[in-house]
Amino acid sequence: MRRRARAWDAAMLLLLAVWATPFFWQLRTSFTPDAELLTTDRTLPAHPTLVHYRAVVERSVMPRALVNSLGVAALTTAVAVVLGLPAAYALARLPVPGKGLLLLAVVASTAFPQITTVSPLYLLLRALGLRDTWTALVLVDTSFALPLVMWLLAGFIREIPIELEEVAFLDGAGRVAVLRRVIAPLVAPGVASAALVTFLAAWNEFLFAFTFTASEASRTVPVALALFPGVFEVPWGDIAAASILASLPPLVIVVVLQRWLVRGLVAGALKE
Amino acid sequence: MTARQRADRRAGLAFAAPAMLALLVLAAYPALWVLWLSLQQRVPIFGVARFVGLAHFAFLAGDARFWNAVRVTVVFTVASVVLELVLGLGVALALQRQRGGRRVALSLLLLGWALPSVVTAKLFEWLYHPSAGLVNVVLGGRPINWLGDPHLALPALVAADVWRTMPFVALLCYARLLTIPGEVYEAARVDGAARLATLTAITLPLLRPILLIALLFRTLDALRAFDLMFVLTGGGPANTTETLTVYAYRSLFQTLQLGFGAAIGVVIFALVMAVAWGYLRALRREELAR
Repeated sequence: MRRRARAWDAAMLLLLAVWATPFFWQLRTSFTPDAELLTTDRTLPAHPTLVHYRAVVERSVMPRALVNSLGVAALTTAVAVVLGLPAAYALARLPVPGKGLLLLAVVASTAFPQITTVSPLYLLLRALGLRDTWTALVLVDTSFALPLVMWLLAGFIREIPIELEEVAFLDGAGRVAVLRRVIAPLVAPGVASAALVTFLAAWNEFLFAFTFTASEASRTVPVALALFPGVFEVPWGDIAAASILASLPPLVIVVVLQRWLVRGLVAGALKE
Repeated sequence: MTARQRADRRAGLAFAAPAMLALLVLAAYPALWVLWLSLQQRVPIFGVARFVGLAHFAFLAGDARFWNAVRVTVVFTVASVVLELVLGLGVALALQRQRGGRRVALSLLLLGWALPSVVTAKLFEWLYHPSAGLVNVVLGGRPINWLGDPHLALPALVAADVWRTMPFVALLCYARLLTIPGEVYEAARVDGAARLATLTAITLPLLRPILLIALLFRTLDALRAFDLMFVLTGGGPANTTETLTVYAYRSLFQTLQLGFGAAIGVVIFALVMAVAWGYLRALRREELAR
């Protein structure tokens, strides 16, 4: 029985590793010299090289794009959490006028197709003179990040026993103090989960970033990768290296911060 | 109303106001504006801006390219969602029996889901390379042009999307499976239930609600998918992978017809909302029937 269980575990891991092959193949390509790219008779390159990474780091816009993406995703997450936490508390625990409508609006805006709002947002950002800036991307990314954070955090706050708040009220605390000293510390793991999901969504966002940026001043990683230049032929090795660099933050989140990510992903769907 | 209730009302408003204001400006206002845009002829480079009423929608009704995009969108959505649900369910059931190495298993599973879809597009563009792509090598070395053949491009696109999103379905089902107490299965075994009977009589009915939620989430996402097809095939070859979103984008920013592109955007929005509404109705009817 023990041995069968172990065999199952091993087979399962193998199967999932096969599923992840597209990524591993790109990893292999990123270390393969151009001369070997068209030969596939070996599993690993005969002469592994860092030449593609050097090309991407020294001669492409990727380094700048990585900085832009980190900045935009981190700021979007911060804005969404700062605005979203009090709002989520109000939705979960306080008598807000028009609350049902507000909840509906939050749910609806998470389902909103971005292609629908991209044209008015384009005109809005042009009128404000914000095209090709971090500010523009943080603003438009907030339009999907904020509802997501509010939805997740309202769920996490409802799980906190209301008695803990009552105790604080008996001590004469107001709502602001309760939010800061009771709710915020208890919901901190939930905030971490919501922040990870939001960061990932902002890191991966393409349509808005592609439309509202015009230069390397604000182009994010997905945009830089989509526009990766090839002079005479497609530089598959360089593209592979660039896509591995673009995958590093998601990779860290999935492998190292997995517990919080999973909690955030599952919470959005399991609670209704 | 007591003083405490009045204070709570004030606090609720104050806490929610900044977020509501942000959503009003960034989501509600553009949503209304796009409706207005869709009723106009707007070509900014020529300074054209005039009201044309429902002319764009009337044009779309007879536009062969539009109906092709509708067909591509529906085929893409149905094919990828069905495959994701079936595969995701299978993986979740297999993971349920996993004892050791769960963290590694979840890492391998979630990797494809967590990557930017532009990265996925680049991964598959290389995998589908006619002469050096891994797919053709595995299939025996025939130089099949996956992304250039009008019959193969859409299936190739669906495969890439399934790779990316199956993990989400698997994770949701797996999370639900973990909450089923072991005693339930223990009792089934004591009663002498066969493995297949346990699956159809216990596991699948318990998974049904989460499968329905995954179905809704994935359908809405597939209907508005854009990145993958835009980067991988750009809608080609011969528009065989041009979804409504790609058609809308091209109209908006490649031929710069803001009003016309906005009209397609409105159609996509209506489609998404209709699916969500129909789904919620079906769900409510089912709850009432129970």
